[in-house]
Amino acid sequence: MSTATRSVPRTIGAHAILLTYTAIALFPVILVIMNSFKSRAGIFGAPLTPPTPKTFDLIGYTTVIGQGDFIHYFQNSLVVTVASLFFVLLFGAMAAFALSEYRFRGSSLMGLYLALGIMIPIRLGTVAILQLMVASGLVNTLTALILVYTAQGLPLAVFILSEFMKQVSDDLKNAGRIDGLSEYTIFFRLVLPLVRPSMATVAVFTMIPIWNDLWFPLILAPSEETKTVTLGAQLFLGQFVTNWNAILAALSLAIMPVLILYVIFSRQLIRGITSGAVK
Amino acid sequence: MGSLNIENVKKAFGPVEVLKGINLEVNDGEFVVFVGPSGCGKSTLLRVIAGLEDSTSGRVVIDGADVSATPPAKRGIAMVFQTYALYPHLTVKNNMGLGLKQAGTPAAEIERRIGIASSMLSLEPYLERRPAELSGGQRQRVAIGRAVVREPKLFLFDEPLSNLDAALRVNTRLEIAQLHRRLKATMIYVTHDQVEAMTLADKIVVLNAGRIEQIGGPMELYNSPANEFVAGFIGSPKMNFVDGARLGETAKTIGVRPEHLTVDPKSGAWKGTVVHAEHLGADTNLYLDCEKAGLITVRIFGVYDAEPGATLYATPDPAKTYRFGADGKVLK
Repeated sequence: MSTATRSVPRTIGAHAILLTYTAIALFPVILVIMNSFKSRAGIFGAPLTPPTPKTFDLIGYTTVIGQGDFIHYFQNSLVVTVASLFFVLLFGAMAAFALSEYRFRGSSLMGLYLALGIMIPIRLGTVAILQLMVASGLVNTLTALILVYTAQGLPLAVFILSEFMKQVSDDLKNAGRIDGLSEYTIFFRLVLPLVRPSMATVAVFTMIPIWNDLWFPLILAPSEETKTVTLGAQLFLGQFVTNWNAILAALSLAIMPVLILYVIFSRQLIRGITSGAVK
Repeated sequence: MGSLNIENVKKAFGPVEVLKGINLEVNDGEFVVFVGPSGCGKSTLLRVIAGLEDSTSGRVVIDGADVSATPPAKRGIAMVFQTYALYPHLTVKNNMGLGLKQAGTPAAEIERRIGIASSMLSLEPYLERRPAELSGGQRQRVAIGRAVVREPKLFLFDEPLSNLDAALRVNTRLEIAQLHRRLKATMIYVTHDQVEAMTLADKIVVLNAGRIEQIGGPMELYNSPANEFVAGFIGSPKMNFVDGARLGETAKTIGVRPEHLTVDPKSGAWKGTVVHAEHLGADTNLYLDCEKAGLITVRIFGVYDAEPGATLYATPDPAKTYRFGADGKVLK
């Protein structure tokens, strides 16, 4: 190991800072998972201790699984998240390609218009969205949620992806044109694989708010059939009594799918964030 | 089987006119090099020929057929790019075969043509590799191979050697020259490097600011440049230009190539001081600050010892001195 670039005190210092940050970031998650395995008395008696044989209790999980349709809520959340993600990535990438590849009148204005959504929260339009969904008969359907989330995710996707697509070599696309590839083939076969890391970045940034959202499920799709996990967990949150075991168990379960999706994307994600920084 | 006619082609990007009316005729089997400083429109002209850019007006005719509205893939052309532009997800073999596959060529025929091209460019050991596993020179050979398998009417090269290091550049240049001799195909080659232009071309087209300055063979351009721009662009080191008035001449500018000047420590036409000397072994470049002619370059074949500060007399060869009028054109 070279000593010119590493000094022991600096390494220790850097690690101390990183470890502290990791601990702070993970603390709430660990607290939730830990307490989800404890009895009610255990949660309130000693919230910061891990479950001991005396306080260990799976009552939270049995309540959640026993209580009606949690599996179904999970399914709803997953359908909504995956479908929205798919449409955001597909349409976002296509719009980004058009903006970065073709010169047309008002293209920069169009880019600005498409990116405007980043600055304006979609929730401001809730009332209008609700009216629209009522008028089109989409209330209490997963389609309503997918449409709203697709609209919500597109601005950031277009913004990030068009920047990355500008970096894809023109020569490569032109080589494809000379070889007779259609614009769609050039997009799907040549350009998309090259911007894959940035797609993963967009996927993660899009996915997490959708999975965690409570607002739109509550307003647009509160029926038993279409409840998502976050909405389902509200079931245990009463005005007077709150079933903490069940809530903590539900939340612990809700972390899992996002975690799995994140692991799938993360290898790409790191490359996406650091690409451009180094060659 | 591969002639090209360009008739009054103009190209403007918004208000900026990049090509200001280009007329050019390329005969079958010719190796034509477009050369000019950056921004002169040579790459744009190549792209218009390829169909990657639409011209604002004018016609592009390949083999007698107007292709101005034909997509690139149907023009019967193949192009080699500066950045290689290989498909990163395909093997060398598939990179070369993709265009033919798109055109619906039978697999056996594709196989045959890849076989010929890869042996011609000694790419056989690499056919199953991906571009990332190849060196720069190998990648450019694959890109050339991809053009060869298409058996095009017209080969287009867009600064293909610019990304290679000096030694590889010479080798690849040689390979391209041999390729042209073997295939007898029409090739159009864009470069800003006049050495590439001189060594490869049958016909050089010198472009400047969207116009053709002169068309001619390498020696024609060297020996009888039409104007000051071509005289300065072709030849290295650059031709010396001296203000005619300072020499008591009627011409606006007098041009002498560095190799057409002789030096003598005792007597000569222009007295000057050595500013700097570049010793290259085979020849020596002297920079002289002359009383009459200003700063000039002299190229002497072989070794010549001259210390900065020494006084030397330079004499131009009168038979090889060019006289330019006020409009930059050569005076006969």
